[in-house]
Amino acid sequence: MKRVAIQSGDFDMAAELAALESLGGGGVASFTGVVRGESGLIALELEHYPAMTAPQVDRIVDEALARWPLLGVSVIHRFGRLEPGARIVFVGTASRHRAAALASCAFLIDWLKSHAPFWKKEHFADGATAWVAAQAEDEAKAQGWNA
Amino acid sequence: MLTLVYFAWVRESIGRDEERIERPAPGTTVAGLIATLAAREGGYAEALGDPTKLRAAIDQHFVPLDTVIGEAREVALFPPVTGG
Repeated sequence: MKRVAIQSGDFDMAAELAALESLGGGGVASFTGVVRGESGLIALELEHYPAMTAPQVDRIVDEALARWPLLGVSVIHRFGRLEPGARIVFVGTASRHRAAALASCAFLIDWLKSHAPFWKKEHFADGATAWVAAQAEDEAKAQGWNA
Repeated sequence: MLTLVYFAWVRESIGRDEERIERPAPGTTVAGLIATLAAREGGYAEALGDPTKLRAAIDQHFVPLDTVIGEAREVALFPPVTGG
């Protein structure tokens, strides 16, 4: 099972996990990214490259499928204006082996950070805005999977 | 013709998200295109003056800035991505 969704709306966590659990593998790992409730932050605006995002995330998922014995992978990434506490991204993996499920889930979220065409802009209560800068450590984590 | 698309603060500084330009000379790289665009008036210099802050995609695939544009239809210029 391969599921990639790029959407503005929220998603049903229970349904997403249930779909992975139903594959019969015995092990499901997941990661959920949520907008932080930092001081003064009222919203995070996610811009993306519509013509590229889904194909690129699909390529990242294919990379995970090539590296680990997985029965299922789901990646949901939202765009648009999201408030603190809102879910941004979901990564779920199913496998007969817990190590594969956990490692592939970590790989996917690391790669999404540095290989998926999204950009985040912070909106603060005082009206200020700031584009989130890419972190060198995120790139290093992604590159670490090539070691 | 070649379509250019811009994202995040590159888009904001230039003041548009897309434009079409005459196809650059054969052999032109993304870096060469960036240098040409940065010489324009308006927000182009601000957006594109420091290529070390930029990343690019050709026809929806990430590429290094020294990649030749060739027969590509679309070049995207943007800051390093911050997904996840």
